[in-house]
Amino acid sequence: MLAIARTLVARDLLLAARRRSDVATALLFFVIVASLFPLGIGAEPNQLRAIAPGVIWVAALLSSMLSLARLFSGDYADGTLEQLLLSGAPLGIVVSAKAFAHWLVSGLPLVLIAPLIALQYDVAAPLYGVLALSLLLGTPVLSIIGAIGAALTLGLRGGGVLLSLLVLPLYVPVLILGAGAVEMASAGLAADGQLLLLAALLIVVAVFAPWATAAALRISLE
Amino acid sequence: MTAESIKLFWYASPQTFYPLAGKIARVCAALAVLFAVAGLYVGLFVAPTDAQQGEVYRIIFIHVPAAWMSMFIYVVMALWAAAGLAMNTRLSAMMARALAPTGALFTFIALWTGSLWGKPTWGTWWVWDARLTSELILLFLYFGFIALQASIDDRRRADRAGAVLAIVGVVNIPIIYYSVKWWNTLHQGASISFTKAPSMAATMLTGMLLMALAFWMYSIAVALVRVRCEIVETQ
Repeated sequence: MLAIARTLVARDLLLAARRRSDVATALLFFVIVASLFPLGIGAEPNQLRAIAPGVIWVAALLSSMLSLARLFSGDYADGTLEQLLLSGAPLGIVVSAKAFAHWLVSGLPLVLIAPLIALQYDVAAPLYGVLALSLLLGTPVLSIIGAIGAALTLGLRGGGVLLSLLVLPLYVPVLILGAGAVEMASAGLAADGQLLLLAALLIVVAVFAPWATAAALRISLE
Repeated sequence: MTAESIKLFWYASPQTFYPLAGKIARVCAALAVLFAVAGLYVGLFVAPTDAQQGEVYRIIFIHVPAAWMSMFIYVVMALWAAAGLAMNTRLSAMMARALAPTGALFTFIALWTGSLWGKPTWGTWWVWDARLTSELILLFLYFGFIALQASIDDRRRADRAGAVLAIVGVVNIPIIYYSVKWWNTLHQGASISFTKAPSMAATMLTGMLLMALAFWMYSIAVALVRVRCEIVETQ
């Protein structure tokens, strides 16, 4: 089973490496959205510091969602997905591996680049760790939950817009906990509570969501 | 299969359910009117004026039952959807599909009447209170369900995909509610809530319960009428 997962992750990473522009687009989107807020709201440093965690997290949510539509659509278009379904490999594992690869490609770069955005917003340096940690725990949840939506909207017209309508309400707890952790830390309080809850959410989602994604894929492909 | 279970599933077929649904819908519609008239009478004429809020509190006779129904219908919808997914019955999926617009309607009514009540009492149309926010997200979940079903042409796939979404949503509702509640307490102090309101006069409670019954009957009647349309459309 692990061999299947490893093969799939390696394959998806290779595909992403062959099409670097797709990865770069989502990342650039994140940076641009985060850079737009000061232009719209004004560059008053105190205000920027106050909105930084929320803005970075909302931008991460949108950027992760933007690349979700590609999670299954490529494999669906060239028939790989049907072959995977017929191969007898446990579909839950297949789905988890694909979500993990999606996170490696779209989530992990956000974690690495977020301190740079935080710098723009004049966030205090000790908060970078909390921000990166919250994103490290939260963005995998986005990929895993998003996979359900991507599987449900596979091959539908207007899939992208529909996907955002389905998935964004489900992202609310991650947003609240993730941005909350950074805010707690910036208020000088311990952010452990939020971070632990994010970790708990990640575990619960990683265990249960692949079932729903597998069921949704079977429905979409039958 | 025993005779008992056959009897239980007799009405699971759309053909046999169609006339029964018509009968139940008529009875429920009549009861809904009856309860609504009684409830509005009690609410608008019998119930005393609230000592703190004055006459404006009377909107709760619409607001609270609508909020109850908005949450309850989502659970019922998810149950029907799960039954449809598990037992592969067409009628269950039709019930889930028929309940969604009514649930969305009640969610919208709850939000709307809530802001009508909020303006004179809190002085603002909208606050980011935990209840308001989670009700708004519930409305988005309803819209997602309806939009997903509307964008899939194949009936069977639409029903099954909607079922998965409804189940995922119903698992998420408690998580969303508690995270929003927690977020809210992080940002601002507790707002006014009904639980802290002075103990309610018996007539107020009667009026509210009558209106809740009226909304129940209305929901059943409307959902069944919609199921009948679905049956005619598909069979």
